[in-house]
Amino acid sequence: MNKKVENVAKAMIDLKNGDTLMLGGFGLCGIPENAISELVRLGVKDLTCISNNAGVDDFGLGLLLHKKQIKKMISSYVGENDEFERQMLSGELDVELIPQGTLAERCRAAQAGFPVIFTPAGYGTEVAEGKETREFDGKMNVMEYAFKADFAFVKAWKGDEAGNLIFKGTARNFNPNMCGAAKITVAEVEELVPLGTLDPNQIHIPGIFIQRIFQGKNYEKRIEQRTVRSRS
Amino acid sequence: MLDKIGIAKRLAKELKDGYYVNLGIGIPTLVANYVPKSIAVEFQSENGVLGMGPFPFEGDEDADVINAGKQTITTLPGASFFDSALSFSMIRGKHVNLTILGAMEVSENGDIANWKIPGKMVKGMGGAMDLVASAENIIVAMMHTNKAGDSKLLKNCLLPLTGVGCVKKIVTNLAVLEVTRLGFKLLERAPGVSVEDIKKVTEGTLIIDGEIPEMSF
Repeated sequence: MNKKVENVAKAMIDLKNGDTLMLGGFGLCGIPENAISELVRLGVKDLTCISNNAGVDDFGLGLLLHKKQIKKMISSYVGENDEFERQMLSGELDVELIPQGTLAERCRAAQAGFPVIFTPAGYGTEVAEGKETREFDGKMNVMEYAFKADFAFVKAWKGDEAGNLIFKGTARNFNPNMCGAAKITVAEVEELVPLGTLDPNQIHIPGIFIQRIFQGKNYEKRIEQRTVRSRS
Repeated sequence: MLDKIGIAKRLAKELKDGYYVNLGIGIPTLVANYVPKSIAVEFQSENGVLGMGPFPFEGDEDADVINAGKQTITTLPGASFFDSALSFSMIRGKHVNLTILGAMEVSENGDIANWKIPGKMVKGMGGAMDLVASAENIIVAMMHTNKAGDSKLLKNCLLPLTGVGCVKKIVTNLAVLEVTRLGFKLLERAPGVSVEDIKKVTEGTLIIDGEIPEMSF
């Protein structure tokens, strides 16, 4: 099956204002850079974005925030983004902060066909307010719904035209959990290889979860905190 | 009184051979530098790596290999990478043996607040709520007082909670305390710090049972 599209513009041809998007990545690591650039170029508005972080002021989802293209963010941590914090505290941006594991599992539930999950995370905190809670084995749990999204944008290291994906390092993060968790999953890859090149034993995400795949370009892969030790 | 390095060194004494450990951002991260040579532990970072090593040598940084603090790291032999759902399976499923994290406030019944100051600062909870809701062994590393000099060990937390009744032990610049049903039980004093000094800056119930030894590490 051939899921390959020519470029990022073709991959997003039916994206509309007001859509709900999932975007992979942790911090700036493993983010779908090409998809984000195209969203900026298209100027689509009123987006709901499900992503662990919101980028930094001048990169990642921070680019969309600056252009006020995002109506609502669903994230777990937004600490490195001043513009995000400003828009949130001023009420311009609707923000739902949820535990990181809950975010991952709400993606995975959508991917796996579970309507809800129960998790102990957030019980007794404001995250659980207004949500159904239930006791299992003497421990309280919060009911959380599977996400419903129009598009999932994920970034992988290698992929083939069947949509099979392999991730690299901690750039894996939320990307595999978002594959197949939206109506349309678009994968961008650093290296799109011919069918038969990838060893089936090494595939992280089978192509069945992917609708469109394209060869990404110009990856910046910005490092947020460059920490090193000296050789001496 | 201890500095951050001193707190990290004292925390390292809590590590046991064979432990899988999750270290939070800040002081907890420093603990990795003081693992006793006699034991083997593996560090998990919730963004998706087990078997974290030291920072890379200059020039060897890889943007695709970072920790939960978004710092460039290396991996040790035997390390593995995984997705976020599997990472939190390790945490929620109690496969991680020890969690050390920072806090803005801890209450005498073990509640913790560390993610939000209403109207002022909202960074988000990240993985902290998952960690404190599930881990059996949770140690908080923090300064005993905030910048204004107010106690961070309270009867009740004033800030929005991260988790309820979950903290087991606290290591501060002044003391090591255990959370018990009756309140904060003082276990150890930092070098040069008296029980009176600790009393003055502990707002929650402080239990002092017999002689309190000075910490050693």
